Amino acid sequence: MKSQQAVQTTPTPDSAVVRGPDEVEVRLRVNGENRRMSIEPRVSLLDALRDRLDLHGTKKGCNQGACGACTVWVDRRRVLACLTLAISCENREITTIEGLADGDALHPMQEAFLDLDAFQCGYCTPGQIMSAVALLTEGHAGDDDEIKEWMSGNLCRCAAYPHIRAAIRRVRDEQGGDRAAH
Amino acid sequence: MRPISYSRVSDVGTAIGTVAADPTSAFLAGGTNQVDLLRIYVEQPRRLVDINDLPLKQVEELPGGGLRLGGLARMSDVAEHPTVRRRYPMVSESLVLGASPQLRHMASVAGNLMQRTRCTYFRDTEVACNKRSPGTGCSAMEGVNRGHAVLGTSECCIATHPSDLGVALMALDAVVQTESPAGQRSIPIDDFYLLPGKTPEREHPLSHGELVTGIDLPPLPVAAHSRYIKIRDRESYEFALAAVAVAMSVVDGRITEIRLALGGVATKPWRARAAEAALDGAPATTDSFTRAAEAELATAVPHGMNAFKIELAKRTIVRALTEMTQREGSA
Ligand SMILES: Cc1cc2nc3c(=O)[nH]c(=O)nc-3n(C[C@H](O)[C@H](O)[C@H](O)COP(=O)(O)OP(=O)(O)OC[C@H]3O[C@@H](n4cnc5c(N)ncnc54)[C@H](O)[C@@H]3O)c2cc1C
Ligand code: SF4
Ligand code: FES
Ligand code: FES
Repeated sequence: MKSQQAVQTTPTPDSAVVRGPDEVEVRLRVNGENRRMSIEPRVSLLDALRDRLDLHGTKKGCNQGACGACTVWVDRRRVLACLTLAISCENREITTIEGLADGDALHPMQEAFLDLDAFQCGYCTPGQIMSAVALLTEGHAGDDDEIKEWMSGNLCRCAAYPHIRAAIRRVRDEQGGDRAAH
Repeated sequence: MRPISYSRVSDVGTAIGTVAADPTSAFLAGGTNQVDLLRIYVEQPRRLVDINDLPLKQVEELPGGGLRLGGLARMSDVAEHPTVRRRYPMVSESLVLGASPQLRHMASVAGNLMQRTRCTYFRDTEVACNKRSPGTGCSAMEGVNRGHAVLGTSECCIATHPSDLGVALMALDAVVQTESPAGQRSIPIDDFYLLPGKTPEREHPLSHGELVTGIDLPPLPVAAHSRYIKIRDRESYEFALAAVAVAMSVVDGRITEIRLALGGVATKPWRARAAEAALDGAPATTDSFTRAAEAELATAVPHGMNAFKIELAKRTIVRALTEMTQREGSA
C-alpha cells in the first residue's frame, strides 16, 4: 500500500471539492462505531470493510452486483457493497453481519439459520441473513412465493434455498407475521 | 479499476457546472452501472461527481394531473409509491421485475434510463465493439447474439436496451426533464433514446453534464389499466428476453384505447406503433391480437441465435393483450 498524506482536497472554481485520486481520509460509521481510514476514492465499500476494517463477514462473490454475497445495510436498507464506493457512504450508517448480534446473543435470524441448516459451505450466508432481516422489515415475506421473489438477489451455489426460506418463515412467525401481511 | 477522484455535491447548479466543465467527469447516482463499468474499464471517467445529495428524490403531483418522478428517486421507492401503483401500475411492475431488491434500493430512475447495454462484447474491452470503440466493428453480428435485438438494429450495432422502466415510460409518452448550463429542457421519451444507426456510441441527445432532474408521467386515465409482462431465462433477477408494457381500454368488446411498448427485443425501448394502429378500434379478440403482433414484428431482422425472439415477442404481445382483456372483462 502507498503511504500518502491523509487528506488531499483541492477546491475548484465551481466549489465542488475534489478528493483523490490518491488516498484520502474517509470516515465511516460501521456497526455503530466511527472508523477512519485512508483509501482511494475508487475503493468499494466491500473492499474497505474487508481489507481496511478487517470485517470479513461480508463476502465477495461476483464483484459485479449479480450474487448478493456482499449484502450490507446502508441507512438500514439492504444494498450491495461491491457496487458502492466507500467514500460515498460518509455520513451514512453502515451495518454488516458483524453488527447484527446483540453482544453474545445472536440475532433470531442467525439462530434460525443455525437451527434449520440454512447453509452448507456458508459463503453466501452473511449476505442471505442481511437480506433476510431486511426482507422482514420491508414486509415482503407473506408467503413462500413472495419470499422467493424478494430473496432472489441472493444466490446460493449450494442451493440451500428451502432451508433459507424455512428460517425466514420461522423468524417471521415468531415476530408475529409479515409486517405487511393483513 | 483505474484511479478516480471524487466530489460530492448538494445542489443542481454545482453538479451540472462541475461535470459540464470537466470532460473527464461523470455523474454518480446509485453506481450500480457506473461502478461496474468503471471496474471493467468500459467507462473511463477520471472524476465522479456524486449527486446522491441532490434534492431530486420525490414523487410529486404535477398541476394538470401528471406525476413527476425525481431523477434520483430510487427504483424501490417509486415501485412502492401508492400513487404510482394506483395510476401507473405498469411503471411499478416494470421496476419490481427488474434487478434485485438490493439493486433497486441503490439505483435511481434516471440512472436506470441511462444504463448501458448488457451486450457481452460491449463489456469486454478486448474485442471489437462499435458502441464502446466507434469504428472497430460489431462482434455480436456473427457472435453469441441470443440476447440481442431484432428491432431498430443497424449494420453497426444490434445491442438490446436493457431498461424495463424505459419500456413502460415509452408506452406512456413520459417526458424527461433535464438541466444543463444551457438551461432546462423537456425531452419526450421517444426522442430521449436514439437508434444506433451509424453512431451507436450516441444513445441520448444529452450534452455532457446535462442532468436528468425528473421524469414526468402524463395524466392518462387508461394507464390505471396497465401492466408489464417480462419473459426471462429465469423467473427473477434477470434481464428481459421479451417484455410488453400495455395500457388498454375495451368498451363493448372493442379496443377504444391502446398503448403498447416492447422491451428486450429492440435497440431502444420500443413503442409498438404498428401494433397499436392494428388494434385501435378492433374487436378485442385473439385474432386482432395476433394480427397486431404480426404487424409489429414484420420489420424484425434476426441475426442467427436471436431469431427465436421474433416469435417470442409476438406471443408475449398476444398473451399480454389476452390477459388485459380478461382482467378488463372481469373488472
Ligand atoms: C445484476 C444486475 C441486474 C440488473 N437487472 C436489471 C433489470 O432486470 N432491468 C433493468 O431495467 N435494469 C437492471 N439492472 C440495471 C440497473 O437497474 C441499473 O444499473 C440502474 O438502474 C442504474 O441506476 P444508478 O442510479 O445505479 O446509476 P449509475 O450507475 O450511478 O449511473 C448510470 C449512468 O447514468 C448516469 N447518470 C446517473 N444519474 C444521472 C442523472 N440524473 N442525469 C444524467 N445522467 C445520470 C451516470 O453518469 C452513468 O453514466 C441490473 C443491474 C445489475 C447489476
Ligand atoms: S451489438 Fe453493439 S454493443 Fe454489442 S458488440 Fe455490437 S456494436 Fe458493440
Ligand atoms: S459480490 Fe456483490 S453482488 Fe456479488
Ligand atoms: S451455503 Fe454455499 S453458497 Fe450458499
